[in-house]
Amino acid sequence: MNTVSTAPVARPEIVREPVSSSAFGIVQKPLSTWERITNVGAVRKCALLVVIAVIWELYARELDNPLLFPTFSATVEAFFQGLFGGDLFTKAMTSMKVLLMGYAAGIACAAVLTIVAITSRIGTDLLELLTSMFNPLPAIALLPLALIWFGLGAGSIVFVIIHSVLWAVALNTHSGFLAVSNTLRMVGRNYGLRGLPYVARILIPAAFPSILTGLKIGWAFAWRTLIAAELVFGVSSGSGGLGWFIYENKNQLEIPNVFAGLFTVIVIGLIVENVVFRVIEARTVRKWGLQS
Amino acid sequence: MKNAGPQGPLLAVRGVTLQYKTKDHLVTATYRVDFDVHRSDRFILLGPSGCGKSTLLKAVGGYMKPIEGEIRLKGDAVTRPGPDRMMVFQEFDQLLPWRTVRENVMFPLQASGRLPRRAAEEKALEYIAKVNLTPFADNFPHTLSGGMKQRVAIARGMAMEPDILLMDEPFAALDALTRRKMQDELLALWEGTRFTVLFVTHSIPEAIKIGSRILLLSPHPGQVKAELASLPSDASGADISAFEQRIHSMLFADAVEEAVVEKVHA
Repeated sequence: MNTVSTAPVARPEIVREPVSSSAFGIVQKPLSTWERITNVGAVRKCALLVVIAVIWELYARELDNPLLFPTFSATVEAFFQGLFGGDLFTKAMTSMKVLLMGYAAGIACAAVLTIVAITSRIGTDLLELLTSMFNPLPAIALLPLALIWFGLGAGSIVFVIIHSVLWAVALNTHSGFLAVSNTLRMVGRNYGLRGLPYVARILIPAAFPSILTGLKIGWAFAWRTLIAAELVFGVSSGSGGLGWFIYENKNQLEIPNVFAGLFTVIVIGLIVENVVFRVIEARTVRKWGLQS
Repeated sequence: MKNAGPQGPLLAVRGVTLQYKTKDHLVTATYRVDFDVHRSDRFILLGPSGCGKSTLLKAVGGYMKPIEGEIRLKGDAVTRPGPDRMMVFQEFDQLLPWRTVRENVMFPLQASGRLPRRAAEEKALEYIAKVNLTPFADNFPHTLSGGMKQRVAIARGMAMEPDILLMDEPFAALDALTRRKMQDELLALWEGTRFTVLFVTHSIPEAIKIGSRILLLSPHPGQVKAELASLPSDASGADISAFEQRIHSMLFADAVEEAVVEKVHA
């Protein structure tokens, strides 16, 4: 390094004064209104929704067979009629209630299982074994058994929802815990944290992106299981849910109502995904820079 | 508060042998290492990679147990990690990403139950000011540069006012210019509070600049090669380079011999 005494080509040294920034055309300028609007994800998604609705409407009109494929406008009409005049709202509420019970219970079970798994090696083995055994098992396959164990009430639906939520959430949470960097773990222990405070104050926030993914997957699984269970065994304790609403209307050939029932599931899904989970994301993982 | 008085060493490491297991080997990281750290020392563990200096620091931090010998802090044996020995790591991800700079500095104060919220906040702001990060107190770590993150980590360690601050190559991942600045800042902070620090590095100039006392370790497994007093801060450039040369020859004497032998054989 020190042996290079002269450059191969002799050149003069160059020293320059930077130009004052006022001489530049643009240093910083606000984006145009159009650019700012198209930067909002919600706006872009709404535009896509409108396009999909228009395609649906055009295709259904072209087909002209309301028994097979009602138009978008007929579906929306049936949806609002069901919501304000019919029993769609109460059915949706019944479904939601069962769903939330199952979802919450599933998350609680997953929490217990993952905490056991993270604190001991045998717990890890247990979680891995149980997950590989039960995760591939469709919740619906357990429904006949659940009916025998818990009867025709909401209990058996809650049971199958727990089954569908538990493994997805536990698997994601556990892999999130395992992915927490060793430095952060050492920092937590350096503070003297151990046991549950360590899990709650270090592991859970650090693994939050994976936990959130697990919660989203669990939510979707819960819906699928709920609707399928209601379709299969219909009324629970007198008042059916959305699945039953769909089934009943199919039998009466009220196809726009069937579509309205499906539409309700879609709308609730859209709201939960794009409002509830989005707000949680914005306040947590995005704010912390764990996710862009 | 505790025994061992002002004249005894703050940290006593006696005949410490450390081993760890990799997937298929049992590795001896250090072999019968002895040293004493006194109050207000800037004690450097210096050695090439593989001399077990980071492992030694982890053992002082309480993350691993020596298989032989003992580590005593103020006379009490070190058994597990604790906030009386705050660590500053090399990695930039040592700050909790879900907390702002201020909350990161406050967190250990509260989590260890040392101070209530308000007092912790005051203390945190005081130390954030010491590392010149007051304008960034409410920023989240991901918005800071590497050097700023390390300054937060140092502030967090110092705010706890631990018996000893353990620094594991805290500036190694920084660019050269920032590293020099951080070294100067660390010395300025030390002038202010005279904290005790145990500092791991593999850079000889950094050891001379930061340290008041330097422990040289030989590689594979780490053994004490020498414990030297560093130069005063106003030492001349010639003195510094002579000292650097001396440390270099002590650390790499074997390596040079090996290289010579290899050359002869080749």
